[in-house]
Amino acid sequence: MGIRKAVITAAGESQRHLPLQTMVDGQGRNRKVLGLLSDEVTSAGIEEIGIIVRPGTAELYRDAVEDVSAEISFIEQHEPRGYGHAVLSAADYVKDDSFLLMVSDHVYVSDDPEAETCASQLVHMAEAEDCVVSTVQPTHEGRLRNFGAVGGTLFDASRDLYEVNAVLEKPTPTEAEQSLMTPGLRHGYYLTFFGMHVLQPAVMSLLDERSNALGPNEQLDLSAALNEYARRGRYLAQVMKGRRYDLDFRHGLLIGQLAVSLSGQYRDEVLSTITDLLARNARYESAI
Amino acid sequence: MVSSTLRDIITAKDRETRDTSLEAICEELGFEELVAECDSLDRFRRESDNLYERVRALFFLYAIHRFYLPAKLESKSGEGAVVSFEAYAHLLERRFGEALDYFLDDQASVGHSDAISSALAKSYYELALQNLADQVQASVRAVRGNQWMFRTGALEDYPLQIRSELLECQNAAYPLIHERTAVRMDLSHSAWSDIFFLGMDYPSGARVLNISVNLAVHGRDAHPTPPVEARFRVIDQPVIRLASVDLGVSAEITELADVFNFAKDYLGLLKAALIASGLVPMGLEGSGQRLSTLLEKLVSRGRGFELVSCVNDIPKGSRLAVSTNLLGGLIAVCMRATGQTKSLEGPLGEEERRITAARAILGEWLGGSGGGWQDSGGVWPGIKVIEGCRAEEGDPEHGISRGRLLPQHTLLDTDVISSETRDRLRDSLVLVHGGMAQNVGPILEMVTEKYLLRSAKSWEARQESMRLFDTILEALKEGDIQTLGKLTTENFFGPLQTIIPWATTFFTERLIDAVKADFGRDFWGFWMLGGMSGGGMGFIFEPSRKAEALERMKVIMAELKGQLQHSLPFAMDPVVYDFSINEAGSRAELLRAEDALMSPGYYAMTLPLLLREDPRTLTPERRAEMERFESRADADRPYDQVRDKLLTYLFPRSLSGESSETSLDQLLETNGFDPLLHERIQEDMRRGLIGLSKNRLAASSQVKDVRQGDVVNITTAEDEAVGRDALANGEVAVVTLAAGAASRWTEGAGVVKALHPFCKFEGRHRTFLEVHLAKTRRAGSTHGTLPFHVITTSYLTDGPIRRFLENVDHYGMSDRVFLSRGKSIGLRMVPMQRDLRFEWEEMPQQRLDERAQKMRASLRKALLGWASETGEGSDYRDNLPLQCLHPVGHWYEVPNLLLNGTLADLLSKRPQLKTLMLHNIDTVGANVDAAMLGYHRQTGAALTFEVIQRRLEDRGGGLARVNGSLRLVEGLSMPREEDEFKLTYYNSNTCWIDIDQMLASFGLTRAELGDASKVAQSIREFSSRLPTYITLKEVKKRWGHGQEDIFPVAQFERLWGDMTALSDVPCSYVAVPRLRGQQLKEQAQLDGWLRDGSRDFTASLCEW
Repeated sequence: MGIRKAVITAAGESQRHLPLQTMVDGQGRNRKVLGLLSDEVTSAGIEEIGIIVRPGTAELYRDAVEDVSAEISFIEQHEPRGYGHAVLSAADYVKDDSFLLMVSDHVYVSDDPEAETCASQLVHMAEAEDCVVSTVQPTHEGRLRNFGAVGGTLFDASRDLYEVNAVLEKPTPTEAEQSLMTPGLRHGYYLTFFGMHVLQPAVMSLLDERSNALGPNEQLDLSAALNEYARRGRYLAQVMKGRRYDLDFRHGLLIGQLAVSLSGQYRDEVLSTITDLLARNARYESAI
Repeated sequence: MVSSTLRDIITAKDRETRDTSLEAICEELGFEELVAECDSLDRFRRESDNLYERVRALFFLYAIHRFYLPAKLESKSGEGAVVSFEAYAHLLERRFGEALDYFLDDQASVGHSDAISSALAKSYYELALQNLADQVQASVRAVRGNQWMFRTGALEDYPLQIRSELLECQNAAYPLIHERTAVRMDLSHSAWSDIFFLGMDYPSGARVLNISVNLAVHGRDAHPTPPVEARFRVIDQPVIRLASVDLGVSAEITELADVFNFAKDYLGLLKAALIASGLVPMGLEGSGQRLSTLLEKLVSRGRGFELVSCVNDIPKGSRLAVSTNLLGGLIAVCMRATGQTKSLEGPLGEEERRITAARAILGEWLGGSGGGWQDSGGVWPGIKVIEGCRAEEGDPEHGISRGRLLPQHTLLDTDVISSETRDRLRDSLVLVHGGMAQNVGPILEMVTEKYLLRSAKSWEARQESMRLFDTILEALKEGDIQTLGKLTTENFFGPLQTIIPWATTFFTERLIDAVKADFGRDFWGFWMLGGMSGGGMGFIFEPSRKAEALERMKVIMAELKGQLQHSLPFAMDPVVYDFSINEAGSRAELLRAEDALMSPGYYAMTLPLLLREDPRTLTPERRAEMERFESRADADRPYDQVRDKLLTYLFPRSLSGESSETSLDQLLETNGFDPLLHERIQEDMRRGLIGLSKNRLAASSQVKDVRQGDVVNITTAEDEAVGRDALANGEVAVVTLAAGAASRWTEGAGVVKALHPFCKFEGRHRTFLEVHLAKTRRAGSTHGTLPFHVITTSYLTDGPIRRFLENVDHYGMSDRVFLSRGKSIGLRMVPMQRDLRFEWEEMPQQRLDERAQKMRASLRKALLGWASETGEGSDYRDNLPLQCLHPVGHWYEVPNLLLNGTLADLLSKRPQLKTLMLHNIDTVGANVDAAMLGYHRQTGAALTFEVIQRRLEDRGGGLARVNGSLRLVEGLSMPREEDEFKLTYYNSNTCWIDIDQMLASFGLTRAELGDASKVAQSIREFSSRLPTYITLKEVKKRWGHGQEDIFPVAQFERLWGDMTALSDVPCSYVAVPRLRGQQLKEQAQLDGWLRDGSRDFTASLCEW
């Protein structure tokens, strides 16, 4: 299974501005967030990228990806009816292909900048296993309310791979303890989504089914569809050798930028600047 | 390890051996063999890593030391050996393991003794229960869904957030979740098989038939509704506001530590719900973190929440598990509010019910109530079988206990139990609350103990009860309510009473008889609802007579209560309920905008407080709420009624005033208050001659145990011959002390202990009084002359005892029974500051946490100020009259015989009368024994006291040599607490009195008994030779709407045992067997008293 397409969602409330923020990449170049993400995507061998946007906003994003090597398409989500709905908007674009799905308000930093990027790790795994794969990371129960989370059993310890049997969106620790306990993790830790999946057409069909059954004011949720999929098809979760940074958190941009810079070629320069800043701050504090 | 029969029973693989009863083995074993078994079991309980094996070994050890070893102790080396104070101190601190090691060391060094066995029995018993409790707590923690709450130790990790719907404020009103929950009844009565330990050890034997019901008080409420309600809403203040509408208590919590302080107020249940639902996770206890930070994360900055409970005036003791289901409802509403359930409204899902039940168990263990495992059945709908299930691999209990903590619920739908059957049950069953308030805690402990000991009879009864369960379920499935009634009655009179004889009461049996008499064959059966009868009960009738039964039951129960209210602890007037089966379980709705109102009762409680505040200081949210209340009150009667009564709530009727002043003076006058004595005591107290610190003997006093020869424990044939002659000649009268209110016996219910029908003899419940009179009757028929029998009474007990004896025609002994009404009463006094300081600063005190310690310090400062401003040592009159009076100690009971003319009357009727046998109402084994009487006569002593070998539970002084002189020492006057532990003998308070020597001590003769003023003068003078003990007593003063303050007030008492300290009153002491000298102080003692042969001994002394 060769994966050649990716979908990046940028139609959410927070995604109107964050993907367009300027950051400095690992090589010291000024890049828009969306550009950085597109680099991540293309590093995985992706050739076509579909970006989901609000109606009439495609032009805002076009500049941000003008230097990206992949072929870019903009797909409009006509109504704001949930993340699942945004993904489903790309149904015609992905057709019968498996595709990489990412959000546009995160940046990713691989543990080993010299080795594979996060997207590349995922795509290779999904190609090798030929199934739906979500990237995950162990998260303390105190922060579960920010993420979708999965429960499952260890499938291959050497590759940090789990077989998923349940998915819940932003569970409480009570729900997580009842249905998402995963052997091999520390007490109080669960596998939460990393914001990157490789989905297959079957998931899109499920989303479509659920979309047709949706009530007037209901939202279409990807996690619920994935939970159902976990009971129907083979679904793996891979613990990523890397970190994700949600730019939408408080100081998210700042922390994301620091993470990118500290994994790049100007690491020493950034570190010494930070140290200097800290030292000045300490002097200021001791002066008062 | 050396083989041991008992250990082999515990570890046996086959069930038959494992179920062998302890008694079958122990009765066959001799002393040495029992000791060897104990050694082996003690080693085993230390070595075994299986909880249930350990616990069973501990219960075996308890039973051997309590029931079997003491009986085989005769003339063993350590007879009379006492227990050490150090070991006792460990026991007090609940360090049972350490206490056991000390007691076993004592036993190894001085030999086996009754005293040490009693201490070992107590320690083994407590350790067993603690082990079981620890295990249940550990299992509760291990339930999936509960574990995270114990891990969350820092607010950085706090995971919950209020659902966004609850933050949508409309017209200054936050939406309010209203959860309504049923209560449950157990139609099978499961033979208490829902006790956690039983279900976890014997899952196949743990089954109940549990029905969720709505309730209404018949004649008061329009129709049955879910009786338990919980409400939750966000508020615009960063606090947790808790309110219990039924208890009329509310509080605003601003400190995290206060959530964990259950004893601070009456809101413990609500606090337990906050913790058990995870809103304030258990892991935060003692973390020193701020509640405002928690609320900021949970709700948002500047906001908090309010949680309100209400049980619609269903009285306590209904046996319908009201409090557990309330806890369930509160937990459910908190879970809904924080997204721990799928939906904010409607019923709960099955998994959600299970986690609610598990958390209700957790909450109960936190709050210390510990209900049964079926109790949260009201969270589920309709009729269900709840049964224990085996712990399988993957369960947290696997490898620890045979069963899981949480049982399995199987709903029985209308295909299994048809709608017609449900209607038939409703049309036949009358649910009542008999009005009795009892503590079922001791009964649940007894059930656990008997289960683990496998006593043959109770084990067979348990099997029988399980067979009855199947037939009851079958009858219900077939819709045969008449058979159902027959079976539940069979269960009550058969297996249930075999397992626990105390499940029935005199009241219950009289009630059943009365219903049978009224309804004949149309009364289909009786059904005990819960832990014991007397409170919630069911009566099953032929349907056409149910309407009549509803009315008639009210009348019968009211009449019976009228007859028995002084004998049995009634907490309330009996109530008849209407009920319906609740087919919804716990269910919630979201009330928004104008509908977002609390219950009417909530406003009755809070509006008076709000109206007292400056309206400008009220939050907009509160002002808007008052407007909503006002507009609802225009349209809704219950809210309108609150508005009508607002003035009464604002200005509650005063409880004290001129009228009560008058009646206090009247009471004092009619009950022999001695103003001169009172003034002298007041003066002495003010001058510091008497007081708390002066109660004790001087610190330099040497308190030592008796010497050989101080106490005689064998009477002779000659003694007996002398006694027989005296009895035949009518020279003896019995004096039974019956002036007390039995506060310890009924835990403060204030009944007349003498009239309590405490145990069945020859198939009937008998009162203490009847037992004592039956012993006198037996003495009369044995010796040919019926002794006179005096019963001393007080202002609390005289009327009830007099009327009761008239009703029973003095048990056929009218011309031989005399009542001696108390002629001594005290008026409480405002305490001296130095006594308060002594109590608070010199006596050992439980240390509280820092904040509570500060609160206590400020309260004490205020009370010192109160004592000083009101006048130290002045009369305490500012309360209800009965709260101002106090009894003055049992020393006065004998002088009362002189003061009220009873002795003169006895002597005029029987001039040959020479001896009185004085005894406590609860010393049921004491009789006018000829040998004892003869011994007393032969010694020539004025007083002969009967003492018993001290056991651990016998606290409060004993027989000692004080600075070389032999005397009884009261616990109050022990110079040091540890001195008491040196003493071998305990005062049974049975005393033989030589009338003429006693009169001589008072400076009186028989001829002068008619001179009232001389008698009064002599007694007053004599009494000044006795120590006056000053004690502090906490009295409640109620005011306002359910508010109360507690004041420490001073009172005095004089005790009969101090007669032994007077050098001119010759005394002797005789050691009697425990069967004779044992006092029954608490109802929890009854089961052991029955099983150790004491009851049969008492029965052998009686003639009915």
